[in-house]
Amino acid sequence: MTNAIEAEGLSRRFGRIQAVSDFSVTIERGEIFGLLGPNGAGKTTIINMLITILPPTAGQARISGFDIVREAAKVRSQVGVVFQDPTLDTMLTGRENLLLHARLYGMKKRDYIKRIEELLQLVHLKDRADHLVRTYSGGMRRRLELIRGLLHRPTVLFLDEPTLGLDAQTRARTWEYIRTMVGKEGTTVLLTTHYLEEAEEMCDRVAILDDGKVIAMDKPSRLVDSLGGVVIILDAPTLTESILKDMPFVERANHSHGKWEISLNDTFKNLPLLLKRVGPINQLELRRPTLNDVFLKLTGRHIRDEAQEDAGGWLEEAFRQDQRGRS
Amino acid sequence: MILRELSGLTGVWWREFKVFWRERSRIVASIISPLMWLFIFGSGVGAHYSVAGVSYRDFIYPGILAMTVIFGSVFFGLYIVWDRKIDVFKAVLVAPLSRTSIFLGKVLGGCTDVLLQVMVLFLFSFLFSAIDPRGLPQAFLFLFLSSVAFVSLGLAIGSLLKSLEGFQLISAFVIFPLYFSSGALFPVDRQLPSWLDVLVMLNPLSYTVDGVRGSLMGIHHHPLMIDFIVVSTFAFFMVMTGSFLFSRMKI
Ligand SMILES: Nc1ncnc2c1ncn2[C@@H]1O[C@H](COP(=O)(O)OP(=O)(O)OP(=O)(O)O)[C@@H](O)[C@H]1O
Ligand SMILES: [Mg+2]
Repeated sequence: MTNAIEAEGLSRRFGRIQAVSDFSVTIERGEIFGLLGPNGAGKTTIINMLITILPPTAGQARISGFDIVREAAKVRSQVGVVFQDPTLDTMLTGRENLLLHARLYGMKKRDYIKRIEELLQLVHLKDRADHLVRTYSGGMRRRLELIRGLLHRPTVLFLDEPTLGLDAQTRARTWEYIRTMVGKEGTTVLLTTHYLEEAEEMCDRVAILDDGKVIAMDKPSRLVDSLGGVVIILDAPTLTESILKDMPFVERANHSHGKWEISLNDTFKNLPLLLKRVGPINQLELRRPTLNDVFLKLTGRHIRDEAQEDAGGWLEEAFRQDQRGRS
Repeated sequence: MILRELSGLTGVWWREFKVFWRERSRIVASIISPLMWLFIFGSGVGAHYSVAGVSYRDFIYPGILAMTVIFGSVFFGLYIVWDRKIDVFKAVLVAPLSRTSIFLGKVLGGCTDVLLQVMVLFLFSFLFSAIDPRGLPQAFLFLFLSSVAFVSLGLAIGSLLKSLEGFQLISAFVIFPLYFSSGALFPVDRQLPSWLDVLVMLNPLSYTVDGVRGSLMGIHHHPLMIDFIVVSTFAFFMVMTGSFLFSRMKI
């Protein structure tokens, strides 16, 4: 059986910006694969090339064995897409959006009528299906886009930030839907997200991108395990960077929200040595490392910088307002 | 393959119709301006003049139909600039459907909107004594072909425009000149200054006006066959150009 996605040296340049360099991957059928990386890493560009709306400047790729450049029409019939920016027709109702989609994909009537009802039911949009999309909330729109992407039974589903701009609860529920739908039909998924905790939970494999290049690709658990040990969270007011630098067994240390996050090599041997030298301790916690720590180790940065994190609340609100303004 | 293209084409058409019907109050608005031309401007001038043996008000009726078609059609086509801006189109353009089918669906959608307006104006035709209602179907054919041509023109220009700022320019430099030099509001005869005569001859909309006027009241400058050939050739040419530019349009 052919692989769902195969890419070799896929690259894209915009003028002087190398948005994606040398992206190679083989994704098996049924796999859920995550593309992770900060803003501008090239995630959307990779998706746009794979769904044939942006020609690569080098390299090649196949979706279900069809070449993305030479057999674009066949590729299009294989894929479903949920774009990063909303693309619903706000002048139509939810159900009409789905009907239009079914017709654009040449589905048979006896096939789509039933499926539309099932999908609407699944994401709890049935009572609102005959209202204009203009009147939907951000979360409802995202759910509608999701089932629209799945309506024609694509073999590969691309989800670009499917939970962007949703609150934590709605995000969790959306992932739940994705898992249910995809699990049932064996769809291959390539998704991008900024929320690494969610990627860790959802994805069979992830690729971490920075500046257009893949800097790590593996199962999330393997990436996390490769860090070894645990992360020590320490609230020690007198601790300084130079004290930490003095200790050769400190692998990484990073100060945020008034606390230190420290990784040691050979944690359990060296932890007592560390604690002896950090001064008074208000609080001490140990936690398992996460993909965030992997990202931090590989790039020296958090995937979302702290300022942006703190502003998250109103940024998301602004985003939602913007969406509302659009319709 | 063909079936899928057809299903997509009619899907796009269906979408345009839905949206249009949902905003059918707009039909009322879009019909106000032609009615004012006919019943205020036409009646006012018609009180003093008649042209080619009919009252001026009756004389411009075909011209006002042509006006409704050109304005409605070109603006409908230009509207894709907006569709593209709000990304609605992205979802349509990734479907396994040729751009030509999407284009033709759009053209038919635009024609439907415009021709519904035309039919509302047809309802008033009994108020114009010079009109022979038996000519209405033939006039409709002329207006349909012209609508195909001008929706295509609007889509062609819309495919090239980046923003909505061009709308005013298109209106000032394309639509108004075509309308005013089409003989919609004056008879085309030997009394015209020769420069204007040339403009009228070169203007494809003149042949629509001539064809419609010929069909409805037997007043025409060219043989109707010539009008028909010019209008349908123009429509064919615009469909080709429009679908070419549309298929090269960047998302
Ligand atoms: N059409 C374009 N023209 C010029 N540059 C572009 C274009 N599209 C993307 N880029 C550039 O390519 C780089 C990668 O962009 P891309 O949208 O793929 O990032 P991303 O990983 O999806 O980011 P985000 O998380 O913000 O969505 C950026 O530097 C961006 O400015
Ligand atoms: Mg992106």
